Amino acid sequence: MLLETRGLTAAYGQFRALFGVDITLAAGETVAIIGANGAGKSTLLRSITGILHNGAEMVLHRGCPIGALPPEVVMQRGIAMVPEGRKLFASLSVEENLLIGGQVRRTKGPWSLAAIYDLFPILQDKRHVPGTALSGGQQQMVAIGRALMSNPEVLLCDEISLGLAPVVIRDIYAAMPRIKASGAAIIVVEQDIGRALSVADRVYCLMEGRVTLTAPAAAISREAIHTAYFGAAA
Amino acid sequence: MIWIDTIVQGVLLGGLYALFAAGLSLVFGIMRLVNLAHGDMIIFAAFGILLITGTLGLNPFVAALIAAPAMFALGWALQWFVLNRVLGRDILPPLLVTFGLSVALQNGLLEAFSADSRRIPAGPLESASVDLGLVTVGWMPLLTFATAIAVIVGLNQIFYRTALGRAFRATSDDPVTASLMGIAPKGIFAIATGLAMVVVTIAALFLGMRANFDPSIGPARLIYAFEAVIIGGLGSLWGTLAGGIIIGVAQTVGAAINPEWQILAGHIGFLVVLMIRPRGLFPRAVD
Repeated sequence: MLLETRGLTAAYGQFRALFGVDITLAAGETVAIIGANGAGKSTLLRSITGILHNGAEMVLHRGCPIGALPPEVVMQRGIAMVPEGRKLFASLSVEENLLIGGQVRRTKGPWSLAAIYDLFPILQDKRHVPGTALSGGQQQMVAIGRALMSNPEVLLCDEISLGLAPVVIRDIYAAMPRIKASGAAIIVVEQDIGRALSVADRVYCLMEGRVTLTAPAAAISREAIHTAYFGAAA
Repeated sequence: MIWIDTIVQGVLLGGLYALFAAGLSLVFGIMRLVNLAHGDMIIFAAFGILLITGTLGLNPFVAALIAAPAMFALGWALQWFVLNRVLGRDILPPLLVTFGLSVALQNGLLEAFSADSRRIPAGPLESASVDLGLVTVGWMPLLTFATAIAVIVGLNQIFYRTALGRAFRATSDDPVTASLMGIAPKGIFAIATGLAMVVVTIAALFLGMRANFDPSIGPARLIYAFEAVIIGGLGSLWGTLAGGIIIGVAQTVGAAINPEWQILAGHIGFLVVLMIRPRGLFPRAVD
């Protein structure tokens, strides 16, 4: 298995956010994690990247325990993150924001500055503008491009539609098939269930720190999601 | 005519203060760390250069070239093993640690080199001067000023033209997101402090050749460096040069009016700039 969590229990100090979460991600697969606010979706991604420390065996990458590694080491293994809220570097131009994504882990692969500009042509025109001077949607494109620049095996996308207009979300999700085709396995954390289902092969639904539903995206019903989201059937 | 001379001398003196301040500005800009031992580190490096010139009989410039990599290693180790452990949301622990370091350095130097006032011998360069028509300036102040500009240009090149500089700026913006890019913030901090110690070595070379120094004068040098950094705008290197020049000119003008006023005039200049521009001359846009 490319990436796996086993009995993942993440906590912020005294507050426990995850209660034994098991998910798997196979090579080339796209998995969506859905759930209400506070269900633990972002916590799950923060645990995988190493921002939150866990037991080493709780997160496995190609069978190697990585749960206790710091984020820079996890990233160098090929697990790149598009963080919630974009988090572009304010002192860096658009192009520098992209370059920094690929400057430590230099792996040969489909993604380069030219490939990112081909994926999101608007960024080429804005490449010398400070990253934070762009619109929200353009910033999200930079954040996705920045993560792709390392040619990751696993791309983690945390709430990429958050705070964006539907037309902008559509533009960004239009890039997803090409990202999938490039070979990266993807975990998409989303509150926008429709968007998540449109790109995913499989879906996990989280509620209050536990996995309440896992199913192939094609076979899942609205009722099942509703139950997994809110508990008892409506 | 005498006033032009006074101002030119003040500008050149500002170059020395900018050299004092550049390392401080670098460290503050990247990790928001105020190093209270910065002045003592300059004195430490000056004694190091003096020791190399004395024992090996080398030219002070060559001695500084030898001292610089050693100081880089010391700075790297200081950050990696000590300061990284105390950096965090609370600004007090690193302040206390560098304050303690300042005391320890002063007393260590006193033990090793006694309280005697020393100077790095620079030969005929010490008194050589050049006639620029309107004014006559010493080679040493001129060389100091040119070096200050070269150091600032060099640091800016590193900051804005290299991958290392990109990592410096990204880590300064947001260390957590930088770590998601595969950058280890603590490693970046260690390199930054090492680099600051190279600048400290350059400052020490010119301080030691131009003026007498003894183990206790570090804090007095530090105050000019702080003032230059603050009126320049925290974290801006060209601002730091401007700040150094303002203090240098204020001091020489003050001294020209009455020699007793030299130090006071510098501090008053500092306060006046802060009254007009509370955030300094070139504040960073994002902070």
